[in-house]
Amino acid sequence: MIAIAGTIAIVLLRRSALARAAFGWSFLWTSTWDPVALRFGALPFIYGTLATTAIAIAIALPLGLGAAVCLAELMPRRLADPLTFLIELLVAVPSVIYGLVGVFVLVPAIRSLEQAVGPVLGSIPLFAGPAYGVGLLAAGILLAVMVVPFIVSVSREVLLAVPQTQRDAALALGATRWETVRDVVVPYARSGILGSVFLALARALGETMAVTMVIGNRPEIAASLFAPAYTMAAVLANEFTEATDEVYLAALVEIALVLFAITLAINALARLLIASVRAAPGAQRP
Amino acid sequence: MNATYRHRRRVERLMFGATAGATVATLGVLVFLLGYIAWQGATSLSWSFFTALPAPVGEAGGGMANAIVGSAKLLLTAALVGIPVGFLGGVYLAEYGRGSLASCVRYAADVLNGIPSIVIGITVYALVVIPIGHFSTLAGGVALGVMMVPVALRSTEEFLRLVPDSLREAALALGAPRWVTIVRVVIPAASRGITTGLLLSLARVAGETAPLLFTALNNRFWSPGWLQPTASLPVMIFTYAIAPYEDWHRQAWAAGLVLLALVLGTNVLARFLLRSGAVRSA
Repeated sequence: MIAIAGTIAIVLLRRSALARAAFGWSFLWTSTWDPVALRFGALPFIYGTLATTAIAIAIALPLGLGAAVCLAELMPRRLADPLTFLIELLVAVPSVIYGLVGVFVLVPAIRSLEQAVGPVLGSIPLFAGPAYGVGLLAAGILLAVMVVPFIVSVSREVLLAVPQTQRDAALALGATRWETVRDVVVPYARSGILGSVFLALARALGETMAVTMVIGNRPEIAASLFAPAYTMAAVLANEFTEATDEVYLAALVEIALVLFAITLAINALARLLIASVRAAPGAQRP
Repeated sequence: MNATYRHRRRVERLMFGATAGATVATLGVLVFLLGYIAWQGATSLSWSFFTALPAPVGEAGGGMANAIVGSAKLLLTAALVGIPVGFLGGVYLAEYGRGSLASCVRYAADVLNGIPSIVIGITVYALVVIPIGHFSTLAGGVALGVMMVPVALRSTEEFLRLVPDSLREAALALGAPRWVTIVRVVIPAASRGITTGLLLSLARVAGETAPLLFTALNNRFWSPGWLQPTASLPVMIFTYAIAPYEDWHRQAWAAGLVLLALVLGTNVLARFLLRSGAVRSA
């Protein structure tokens, strides 16, 4: 296991040596991506990855947490368990199938939304630009759908792990059930919920197929939600088999290296957070 | 009932209503997804989908027989690579894993689980495809196998841990050495759970596309042996969905339905197998 993880790191490091030598650290913050002139900067891809992930989490967190609260606190177990299983089934759906639905359902829907919104709000940079349909918004929404089940299933688990005495105490003080959830139960499970968000983040960052299919694949940095963009994973999927030049290939591998490092860090953090809840329930607050 | 209290009750109803709404929305997405794919897929599915090769561009009809066989071969290779490593690793963790090495392995498995599949694809490209010189079923299978390992490992470990210690102690008390205890008593007791876990790990990689793009590539014809590029269902869906031909889109939906039925079917089956007890006599 360690060997596999180590091998991945070493292979990526060695294969990207050429690009690292040629571009140094500026690879990370220059935004030219020109395979013909062999000048490479990864900033548009890093931006695209971070922006789509941010949109996804902004949508998925309230939705997922809400559903988790409902499934853990309100519903009887006999109803909540099968429903949770159904939501967890969403995790098993292959990402290329999300992409398929994204291309044929979500993108046309967003295109007509953009056509409706464009004339009214087009002067605001966030909504500017022609209505392609494909772009940051489409990718963000699709990713949100893909990561919601992670947030629901892990958050529900940690909410259920909150000791009943905590709830009883808050209710006995005269809090309504909602106030109990908001002020006692959720804060108690805080780090576990944060862990679930990090898991969702890692998945969203590394997601390849679905994003490649709906993001528009254009290495530009635009402020508009409607603009086509590109992510690190998507550029790998599209260009890796077409990279003819050594430096080009090395630049792509370096993108993989950056992606690997980011997801590694986020995953490690997520596991630590979740582990801290499971290891010491009740220890945080006497 | 004073005004503040009524206000608090209103807030409570409002917020709980919102959480119920979130649940309904999430479930709605699932129902829509399944329903839409079933509808689109069923109307596109035909007998020739399972028996014919892809038709040349511009010609209607054709199928994905080569992709179905290709997927099966890839999964077989993946199983041969991933199951032994994952299974044995899981046995080690559950039965011998106590010290810091074991927790390191556990941690590495969890972290590896979250690594983008495309990164694994690139690594396998460098380690398998470049030495061989071209894309192949073997390379695709290895990539999928590597992806299986963390899931297979952790599920094997968890099910072995469910076996009560009294069973182990009984075997040891009868004079069985440790390895006999594990092979003859512990593993058979957890066999149902372990098999289910391995099946789930296989289902998980069955739909993976990204690691196949530059390991197995694609192929519009039959792929003989293990050393030629091969078609697979997920890659076919990807290629067909982003192509501009209406007929290809229909094929992509059909393939999507077949793949989804396969993956979700396995998941539901696993759920039912586990409901009647993952571990015997536990």
